[in-house]
Amino acid sequence: MRQVLGDRKTIAALLAPALITYSAVMLAPMLWSLGYTFFSGSPVRGFTWSGLANFAELFKDPKTKDAIAFTAKYALTITTGQVALGYLLALLYVFYLKRSSTLIRTLTFFPVVLPTVAVSLLFQKLFEIAPATGPVNSALEALGGEAVNWFGSGSNAFWVIAIMDIWRSMGFYAVLLYAGLVDIPEDVIESARLDGAGGWRLARFIVFPMSWPVLISALIFSINGTLKVFDSIYALTGGGPGSQTTPLTLYMYRTAFAYGDYGYGSSIALLLTMLCLVVTVFMFRGTRKDLTA
Amino acid sequence: MTRLPSRPARPPMPPARPPMPPAPFRPPAAGRRARRAGRRLRRAPLALATAVLLVIEVYPLVWLLLGSLKTQSEFMNNPTWALPTDWTNFDNYRQAWESGVSRNLLNSVIAVFPSLALIIVFGVAAGFALEVMVWKGRGTVLLVFLGGIMIPSQMILLPLFSAYFKTHLTGTVWPLILTYTATGLPLTVFMMATYFRSIPKELFEAATIDGASAFRSFRSIAFPMMTNAIFTVGLVQFFFLWNDLLLAMTFTSGAGHDELATVQVGLLSFQGRFGAVQYGPTMAAICVNVLITLALYLFLNQRVMKGMTAGAVKG
Repeated sequence: MRQVLGDRKTIAALLAPALITYSAVMLAPMLWSLGYTFFSGSPVRGFTWSGLANFAELFKDPKTKDAIAFTAKYALTITTGQVALGYLLALLYVFYLKRSSTLIRTLTFFPVVLPTVAVSLLFQKLFEIAPATGPVNSALEALGGEAVNWFGSGSNAFWVIAIMDIWRSMGFYAVLLYAGLVDIPEDVIESARLDGAGGWRLARFIVFPMSWPVLISALIFSINGTLKVFDSIYALTGGGPGSQTTPLTLYMYRTAFAYGDYGYGSSIALLLTMLCLVVTVFMFRGTRKDLTA
Repeated sequence: MTRLPSRPARPPMPPARPPMPPAPFRPPAAGRRARRAGRRLRRAPLALATAVLLVIEVYPLVWLLLGSLKTQSEFMNNPTWALPTDWTNFDNYRQAWESGVSRNLLNSVIAVFPSLALIIVFGVAAGFALEVMVWKGRGTVLLVFLGGIMIPSQMILLPLFSAYFKTHLTGTVWPLILTYTATGLPLTVFMMATYFRSIPKELFEAATIDGASAFRSFRSIAFPMMTNAIFTVGLVQFFFLWNDLLLAMTFTSGAGHDELATVQVGLLSFQGRFGAVQYGPTMAAICVNVLITLALYLFLNQRVMKGMTAGAVKG
């Protein structure tokens, strides 16, 4: 038994294709990218050694600061919106729609699978002001308000991005959290009801604590995704107007491919990776403390 | 790796099951009816919220579909919620199709499906080696794969770009296939390992006693038993790869090889060329893109939902 299921040749043959591809196309480039951070230049212009200059630049560059600030603002807003609305939807499925929720769940999930680029272009048209007035501005005008130039300023554009990304993914978090809520045993809720807990108190003391672990998973999942946002913002605003809606990922892309500085681009990518790592570890530890307390 | 955020390393704690409560108290019939009417009234806001929710989810797509049938003058002169005047006006689709959408679709298929096949074969084999086979260090290797879920694509983009350039792969479809395969592997290996864990070990032990080699066990037992899992994981990866913009843009249009542009890259440049001037064809191009994923989802929705969320909570 040991001999057959521990046969080294078979293990190597089965594991090698995946491990080699993964190492060559992900692990090696990662280390290579770390190497780039000590150089400036690009393959076209050639590289020159610059020591720690890229890291010093990271702390001085006002554009990096703006990009970090935007990434943080985006990640916090979208994570809160996605998970909070997803949770409300999940509560709606479990406690109001109950068994008939399948259709609603299916419908609210479908934006998740739509191509980001298509959704972004659709939202450009939905929020358009000129030459044709889009549905959102038409609705504003019909309600007696004034049409807004949504992509004219950074703060307006941010709201379109937020609305779009929450629209796109709240169904996903709803299904994720729904699975957690369904796992709460019926009898626990029933006995709390008998003890006189209803509505808010039932939610606060029974439902919320019991769905806490899956809520944390959703938060970690969401913050990791939002820190790495690229496609939706690139296609919707292109980082504009100016660079007012440019997250780290997009700034990195511009630095490397538009300004041809691979060294500094890699430094920004490293910063992003560290950010994801730190946030995840931090959330893990923070929540584990809560569970044991 | 914008699309693969990390997930927690352990499953959520199952809630503790308390002792059975007494049977629920039943109110008398008359009171029950009054209570039911009251409840219906209290729930009216919830019904309204559900209706609003449905409008918010569905209307943008209905508007898109209607828009793809409108002419340019309808966009400019009619209110935005007007219905198209001619329901059989498919000129927009023809125009979109002829100006590159068909080429982009073909490119996407050429890049995505070979990658999917490689991801599945490599992923299942690695999952089997890591979960069913017995050897020292398999836990570490699994962790190494898991780490890949955290890495943002930005971290590997530049070295890959140089490497493909130096090996003269730029300008072919190989950079996309290689990168797609590699970035799809971490999640796939991880999910396959999880699925293999749920298959009883005795099955493989029995096969071994019957004289099957490990490779035979893999081919004749593991692979057929995994068809469900393979289908689900393949579906999830399909959506990730099909919807990818960053990698496709970097390795096709970024390299100045527009003839390789995938659907997403093509759509973006289509919008650049036509968007501000011609609404109809742009809407039709978006529509084609949306309808493909939507059709797949309509047929397999429960599957897709399960697969997509399993990637998030499992493990």
